[in-house]
Amino acid sequence: MKRFKGFVKKEFYHIFRDKRSLFILFGMPIAQILLFGFAITNEINNVDIAILDYAKDAESEKIIQKIKASKYFNIENQIDNEKAIESEFKNGKIKAVLLFERDFAKKLENQKKATVQVITDATEPNVANTITNYTQSIIQNYQNQKNTTQEQSVSIVMQTRMLYNAELKSVFNFVPGVMTVILMLVSAMMTSISITREKELGTMEVLLVSPLKPFQVIIGKVFPYVFLSIINAVVIVLMGYFIFGMPIRGSLFLLAFESILFIITALSLGILISTVSNSQQTAMMLSLMGLMLPVIILSGFIFPISSMPLPMQIMSNIIPAKWFIIIVKSIMLKGVGISYIIKETLILTLMTLIFIGLSIKNYKTRLE
Amino acid sequence: MRTILFIIQKEFKQIFRDKSMLRLIFILPILQLLILSNAATFDVKNIRISFIDSDNSISSRVLKDKFNANSYFSVTKELTNPKEGLDFLQKGSTDIVIEIPNQFEKMLQNEKKAELQIQINAIDAATAGVQNVYVSQIVQQVNQDIAVKIYNTTENQIILSRIETIPSFWYNNTLNYKTFMVPGILVLLVTMLTLFLSAMNIVREKELGTLEQINVTPIKKYQFIIGKLFPFWVLGLIILSVGLVISKVVFNVPMLGSILLVYGFTSIYLLLILGFGLYISNHTETQQQAMFIAWFFMVIFILMSGLFTPIESMPKWAQNITLLNPIRYFVEFIRMVLLKGAGLKEVLPNLVVILIFAILINGLAVWSYKKTN
Repeated sequence: MKRFKGFVKKEFYHIFRDKRSLFILFGMPIAQILLFGFAITNEINNVDIAILDYAKDAESEKIIQKIKASKYFNIENQIDNEKAIESEFKNGKIKAVLLFERDFAKKLENQKKATVQVITDATEPNVANTITNYTQSIIQNYQNQKNTTQEQSVSIVMQTRMLYNAELKSVFNFVPGVMTVILMLVSAMMTSISITREKELGTMEVLLVSPLKPFQVIIGKVFPYVFLSIINAVVIVLMGYFIFGMPIRGSLFLLAFESILFIITALSLGILISTVSNSQQTAMMLSLMGLMLPVIILSGFIFPISSMPLPMQIMSNIIPAKWFIIIVKSIMLKGVGISYIIKETLILTLMTLIFIGLSIKNYKTRLE
Repeated sequence: MRTILFIIQKEFKQIFRDKSMLRLIFILPILQLLILSNAATFDVKNIRISFIDSDNSISSRVLKDKFNANSYFSVTKELTNPKEGLDFLQKGSTDIVIEIPNQFEKMLQNEKKAELQIQINAIDAATAGVQNVYVSQIVQQVNQDIAVKIYNTTENQIILSRIETIPSFWYNNTLNYKTFMVPGILVLLVTMLTLFLSAMNIVREKELGTLEQINVTPIKKYQFIIGKLFPFWVLGLIILSVGLVISKVVFNVPMLGSILLVYGFTSIYLLLILGFGLYISNHTETQQQAMFIAWFFMVIFILMSGLFTPIESMPKWAQNITLLNPIRYFVEFIRMVLLKGAGLKEVLPNLVVILIFAILINGLAVWSYKKTN
């Protein structure tokens, strides 16, 4: 035990001596949370659009005013023919054109029907779709206002409550996501690279012939990163709470427990990677190149999992980050207790056990 | 020149000798392009909706049927009271709970107005916003249907003026996310691969101590750097080519613009990324440090590239930061050329910026690379 303590101490020294790495290790997550918390949003507003108004009458003017008043759109310019749309789109200056047909007001008056075309640059399908939806609802509202004077109409009034996130802040979605990406990648990458480093430099052999047992060597190497990751998690939660007003509605203790569980999951994945790679480059390829995009895309961090095609939904189950994101959101925003997230917790535990089991199976104590 | 060729030869041999590494270099990007492109969609569908119907009237049934018939929604089992509704939301078994109060139909008949209580799980704000729009569109239609039913009139008798909106989606009329995402993800993969490998490569020689051996040879600074980085430049272009073929064959991404232009741009872009990798390895001592820094910048580049989230929605200062992000220019460029068929004239600004960045970063990297320690 004393030997083991000494070894852990040495590992801590290694990390703390290297001031630059330490600075990176703590400074970068902070920088990222700040940057993304303030900057990234998948809301769509301030979209630049143009108006092509063949009608130029009172009705079209009123609708344009409504559009102008909404926070979603900036009316960039007026264009006067359809040919101009193509070149505006190609320049990427505007995302959509609203086209009012000739005699708009007259048609609305006489035929009770008039059309507005919403032409969108659908190279970004999400933006195009949202623009169309927003315009439709603005125009529909306008039309309803006109119609309420009619005798035989009824209206259902929607009392909508946005639960857990009344102000619709997208940062509530991103803080748990960024936290997960940071913990996952830092833990898996740092452990796998630092263990393979010993292999590559040949010092692993020295450790293996020492009286320390192999598992002690591994735990000793991993332990400082558990410690560092916990500090990172605490810093991120604190920043979420104080800077971005993320509530912590559930139990802090539960959140701490789940975070430690996830850190251990990520670390054991890192150990597994190190047992199958023989150089730091291979370890990097597996942990960084192999994990970065799947963790960002398949975890529900940015793209809602329920919208993915079924095979992708199934595949997302093997991403530990997915489960941790659900856990963090449930505890922090919904304020639920352990009974609501027992399934997610068990899955993470099971994954950890599998990673550790595989690592033990792959671990070679002998030289080739 | 001969010296450079020898170094290049040595580097290629090193790459090709390590078979497991070589496999990873090719398999990882290809696999990810094939799989992840399918997952990257913001389409809001499969919205789970639950009703608490305390009215059980014709009107409430009309409302529920409308949601049932809509392909965006899947209606879960009916709930009995608001408490159960909240529980369902907390467990994550549903996304929206709609409560129909028990005087719903009466209110509509007598006062022409009734309230619906709607609760939406808004943790993902953007998705919740879209869901809200869909719900209100359906409720609007229901208004009309109920008017017809309650007043026993035929539809013709209620002549409401209607403003129709006709959407038309240019360049991508089926709103196919893949054509949008595939080129972007390809850009990410090419960038990640070349940046990580180049950042690790020179620092590795430092860490293993072999850099000193090279430093005492008559090899010149620029020869060594070119020799080291050239193989990755080639590798980047190969991955790009494989990726383009996959985009065309598997995902049927339209390629309206000139492919030659794509290669021209990528060649310059790769110089920029490799220069950046070199710069990182100059300023680090171990591969671990180098990877950590590369990781830091890569995450920022990815999330601030406009690939996943729109740049226009960012605050102004953040939009200004994205002006320094090389991936932003590449993503913009490849989408413009492949999907819209933009030519050199339209993408010239992107090309110029990337060229300037490439010159700057390479100048800096070569200048900061010291042969003596």
